[in-house]
Amino acid sequence: MILDGKCPKGPIQTSWDRHRFDMKLVNPANKRKYKILVVGTGLAGGAAAASLGELGYNVEAFCYQDSARRAHSIAAQGGINAAKNYPNDGDSIYRLFYDTIKGGDFRAREADVWRLAQVSNDIIDQCVAQGVPFARDYAGYLDNRSFGGAQVSRTFFARGQTGQQLLLGAYSALSRQVKAGSVKLFARTEMLDLVVVDGEAKGITVRDLVTGEVRCHVGDAVVLATGGYVNVFYLSTNAMGCSVTANWRAHKKGAFFANPCYTQIHPTCIPQSGEHQSKLTLMSESLRNDGRCWAPKKAGDNRPANEIPDEDRDYYLERKYPSYGNLAPRDIASRAAKEQCDAGRGVGPGGRGVNLDFADSIKRLGEDTIRERYGNLFEMYEKITDENAYKVPMRMYPAPHYAMGGLWVDYNCESNVPGLFVLGEANFSVHGANRLGASALMQGLADGYYVIPYTIANYLAKIKPGTVKADNPECKKSIEDVKGATNKLLAINGKKTVSEFHRELGKIMWENVGMARSEQSLKEAIKKIPVLREEFWKNVKVTGTGVELNQELENAGRVADFLEFGELLAKDALHRKESCGGHFRTEYQMPDGEAMRDDENFCYAAAWEFKGVNAEPELHKEPLTFDNVHLAVRSYK
Amino acid sequence: MNLILHVWRQKGPKEPGKLEQYEAKNVSPDQSFLEMLDEVNDTLIKTGKDPIVFDHDCREGICGMCSQVINGVPHGGQERTTVCQLHMRKFKDGDAIYIEPWRALAFPIIKDLIVDRSAMERIIQAGGYTSCHTGGVADGNAILVPKPVADYAMDAAECIGCGACIAACPNGSAMLFTSAKVAQLASLPQGQAEAAERVCNMTDAMQANGFGNCSNHYECQAACPKGISVKFIAKLNREYQKALFK
Repeated sequence: MILDGKCPKGPIQTSWDRHRFDMKLVNPANKRKYKILVVGTGLAGGAAAASLGELGYNVEAFCYQDSARRAHSIAAQGGINAAKNYPNDGDSIYRLFYDTIKGGDFRAREADVWRLAQVSNDIIDQCVAQGVPFARDYAGYLDNRSFGGAQVSRTFFARGQTGQQLLLGAYSALSRQVKAGSVKLFARTEMLDLVVVDGEAKGITVRDLVTGEVRCHVGDAVVLATGGYVNVFYLSTNAMGCSVTANWRAHKKGAFFANPCYTQIHPTCIPQSGEHQSKLTLMSESLRNDGRCWAPKKAGDNRPANEIPDEDRDYYLERKYPSYGNLAPRDIASRAAKEQCDAGRGVGPGGRGVNLDFADSIKRLGEDTIRERYGNLFEMYEKITDENAYKVPMRMYPAPHYAMGGLWVDYNCESNVPGLFVLGEANFSVHGANRLGASALMQGLADGYYVIPYTIANYLAKIKPGTVKADNPECKKSIEDVKGATNKLLAINGKKTVSEFHRELGKIMWENVGMARSEQSLKEAIKKIPVLREEFWKNVKVTGTGVELNQELENAGRVADFLEFGELLAKDALHRKESCGGHFRTEYQMPDGEAMRDDENFCYAAAWEFKGVNAEPELHKEPLTFDNVHLAVRSYK
Repeated sequence: MNLILHVWRQKGPKEPGKLEQYEAKNVSPDQSFLEMLDEVNDTLIKTGKDPIVFDHDCREGICGMCSQVINGVPHGGQERTTVCQLHMRKFKDGDAIYIEPWRALAFPIIKDLIVDRSAMERIIQAGGYTSCHTGGVADGNAILVPKPVADYAMDAAECIGCGACIAACPNGSAMLFTSAKVAQLASLPQGQAEAAERVCNMTDAMQANGFGNCSNHYECQAACPKGISVKFIAKLNREYQKALFK
């Protein structure tokens, strides 16, 4: 099937404005008759639930954490982009649009990206009004910093905790609606199934994580804002609870999964210290503003970093990409670091690390300035590694960080299942094959504050509210299915723990479907994953019962989904016989090692339809057309 | 290194709880505290025992989910550090470690080390926001915020809502938590319009939800993983006084 993204036709500059006018509205008095279920309370979900509640809809919001304020958006450090052009350095909506399309290696929809760039400025204003304490200069104006993949300073920030501050802004707006009674919040509640009635999304089945109660919530539309899936690699910068579960269960109920192979490996993360490691910690990309990446020129040079003179150092990003230097986009910086380590020039335990050196900046600006800009990051680095980065360079290695792929949605953020909307990292829409730094926060809030409030009305205006009741047979069946799966997990009583399986899957994924992929490695993964999955369902040990707080059971369900999803990710990567952005196939590279796209054959979004756990998924294509940006080889040299 | 753990185990809110003893063997100094517990749990699961449940999520010290009292101190006593960022190099071979949940009247225990912190949510819901609508707000630069004011607001806004301040307080008071939000919003021009109403509503919610009063022990500041200062409590008191005479 050829998919239609339903983008507005005509000049892109006015596309969102015209579309907003063309969409249907729901009359204020009728809004309260519609119930909307919002799953996830991060930037996208929190902003959506707050905005929809404020408009007068009847909203129910769900999160697995004990508070909506803890969603993993909170961990974003560096900043949020907007095309304000406050620094007068040549920024514009068009440039933000262009940088995002190019940064995504020409694999995103133009219209969606234009809208994102257009509303980016409103987001900053909204957050300021909420009391987000963005960095200011001495005159009281908003301050900006630079970020990777852009030659202008367009990133707004709140120290090294921008994600936290923006999320707390959305959380405060949400709390206001909870108080007003327009949003009902269900914390410690996990979505385990999507209820589809007559082809439309009408509810979700959830498990109360405290009591174990499985119940169905029905509504007139479902909004998934459930984040990304890179915990499929086991070690990633995501929170421990981040999973593909909500998306995967929706996928199994008919929603197409688009571009799962587009995963972002972030260049600056603290290297792994041992087998015991449960997660990896990211150090903000903003560090590359003042830190210089280097590796020793000679393989096996074991001298301490400070004893290696400048002439024996290779500032490889500055050498290879002189115009962007240390601010090359993430996919390029990650591969460059891997290249250094693969050639034996890595530093630290196991040689899996490169230096990020602040000595020059400290000499130029003084330690106090560096402390003011990145103090919390240096502190975090010291807690984890026991090293003082004001004195010795940080050691960095790439780690899975973000998923550009996600459920397929059209321009309205609606999936192919009518009534199912997908926002933020959970959808696939704007980042193409690689996301630029400080764009995730922008997308989450854009979708939540400025897109869904308009586009959901267009759907709701066409349906009658409250047609599906809780006693619908589909709800009963869904509850039975979820209970059945829970009981099955508990009954296995095997020998291996859930985390052992997760580690094994992560190893398969990282080695074969990680930063560099080949036909051979992908086929290897596709062979190994089903074997591991089969073993999981025979040999996993989950203690306790389903009717209590049971973290092993929660985790078992999530890992079971990763064991299915990982295979799809590998299959998508195998089918995409090109290199683009975060998807790097070793067979398809330029003589200088840069990614080689194949626009003739792969200029499309790949949306996969679920056909059964051990069955081949069906591929649907949405062709991508570029009318406003010239398809070109991406160069940061 | 090898350690002896004494861990609070409690099946449910109404069940009696007690400390149980476990061994943690071959612990690496580079492990985080929670990774050490993960390994203890894996051993428990393999012997058919229920693992220790504890709240955790981001494991990088920002989500505020982790909440353990270690050797009598919330988050374990390393300055400005959450449990998830505490590393085993801070302990010695043979150490006995006591691990308990947050203890406060307003935080009923759900199971083992997990407590119910929804009382903190209700404080925020009572007024921890500016009542701005989505859309239709002024340009971000329309109202200037001098840098020292923005910095002061940011110092307060760093609160991660973990509740360590409440667990550390002999009165189970939520003054530091509440004051951080009050001070953030009261210092910024955007929060001025509702400042008086906000401080009264949030203070009332604090009292209605089972939190005690502040009697200046400053244990909250010592336990806070983000180093939130008690000066914000003074700010709350001042805002409250101002509101009363308005």
